[in-house]
Amino acid sequence: MCLAVPGKVLEVREENELRMAKVQYGEIVRDACLACVPEAEAGDYVIVHAGFAISKLDAQEAERTYELLREMGAGP
Amino acid sequence: MKYIDEYRDGEIARKIADEIRRVQTRPWVIMEVCGGQTNAIVKHGLDQLLPEAMELVHGPGCPVCVTSLELIDKAHAIARRPGVIFCSFGDMLRVPGSETDLFNLKSQGADVRVVYSPLDCLKIARENPEKKVVFFAIGFETTAPANAMSVWQARQLGMRNYSILVSHVLVPPALEAILQSPHNRVRGFLAPGHVCAIAGARDYRRISARYKVPIVITGFEPLDILEGVLLVVKQLESGRTEVENQYARAVRNEGNRPAQNLVEQVFEVCDRKWRGVGEIPASGFKLREEFRDYDAERLFDVAKIDTKEPEVCISGLILQGIKKPHDCPAFGTECTPRHPLGATMVSAEGACAAYYAYGRHS
Repeated sequence: MCLAVPGKVLEVREENELRMAKVQYGEIVRDACLACVPEAEAGDYVIVHAGFAISKLDAQEAERTYELLREMGAGP
Repeated sequence: MKYIDEYRDGEIARKIADEIRRVQTRPWVIMEVCGGQTNAIVKHGLDQLLPEAMELVHGPGCPVCVTSLELIDKAHAIARRPGVIFCSFGDMLRVPGSETDLFNLKSQGADVRVVYSPLDCLKIARENPEKKVVFFAIGFETTAPANAMSVWQARQLGMRNYSILVSHVLVPPALEAILQSPHNRVRGFLAPGHVCAIAGARDYRRISARYKVPIVITGFEPLDILEGVLLVVKQLESGRTEVENQYARAVRNEGNRPAQNLVEQVFEVCDRKWRGVGEIPASGFKLREEFRDYDAERLFDVAKIDTKEPEVCISGLILQGIKKPHDCPAFGTECTPRHPLGATMVSAEGACAAYYAYGRHS
């Protein structure tokens, strides 16, 4: 239920005074509400749950976590 | 897909499991709280990669599973009314009530619709001004902002034919209930990453300090979960008990402030009954008084409901991490995803459904 998927913001618009966006997940593009992630712009990744962005993905943190994991994988 | 595929590398997964094996000196029981994590663990066989002395038990983080039978029966009573369009996330359709489920009601002619987002319901309400559109607003902290926004928007737009049947639950009180139980075996938690993306880490700090238990806020991909387990084990082995954030790419310490403000304006905390578990004080949300016109429980006067649970179902014990699905005599025989006795066999995030789907019969 708390399933949420990272997707790329393609374009942002206003709709009924709500900040909405087209968000791309792989091959799929769907609408998402950006009301609670006002800092997200086109090109950013957001994590979307039930059509609602809950967090802007921090690219630096993602890189750091992945590097850490990769180093562990490269170990003995 | 970016930010998914790189966290699924099998070789790195094995290395992290080796590291857990190296660090661990004695048996530990860890609970993953979120049903999404349970599903990933069983689907990717992560528990089978771990040392035998490392036991993962599955937590109550499946809103479909813990929505009380009274509310399910109420939903069915409302969905049966003429002139109602009853909207729900797809997972709820097969959840058994005392007599029936939404799927059956739909086949008998009730207007039951599956939606991807509560905001979709507003569109349905606009297109059907003569109908009353009701959304079954279930969920944890993660879903509360979206559900709150649907009500907020309905009021902004002056819509009077939209309401929600609220079944919101909160994670921290459930963790405390588990930790206070005399049957508790859990020594560390993987906290649910998306719940924390909204709510932040504060409540988990309090719980970790009070109950002296390690809590690691964890993501949902296989490498996230394994790293979460490793961080918990390191804490347990060194006697530390603190909150760590494995899922920093999505979770800020303070959570999502705009979402918290939205939720705060629409909902207030209330006691809530959890299916199979019982009432937990201050463990849910209800609509605030100023949104009473959007509260389906008030708008639809549902007569007293006598609930009836199947006696054999042990889903309550499974949700508290006390039993595993294959401990249940009905698992895979009398109870299957096609004919579920309990909600844990319905949702993809229910432990029983995950065990059944991935062939964990013993």
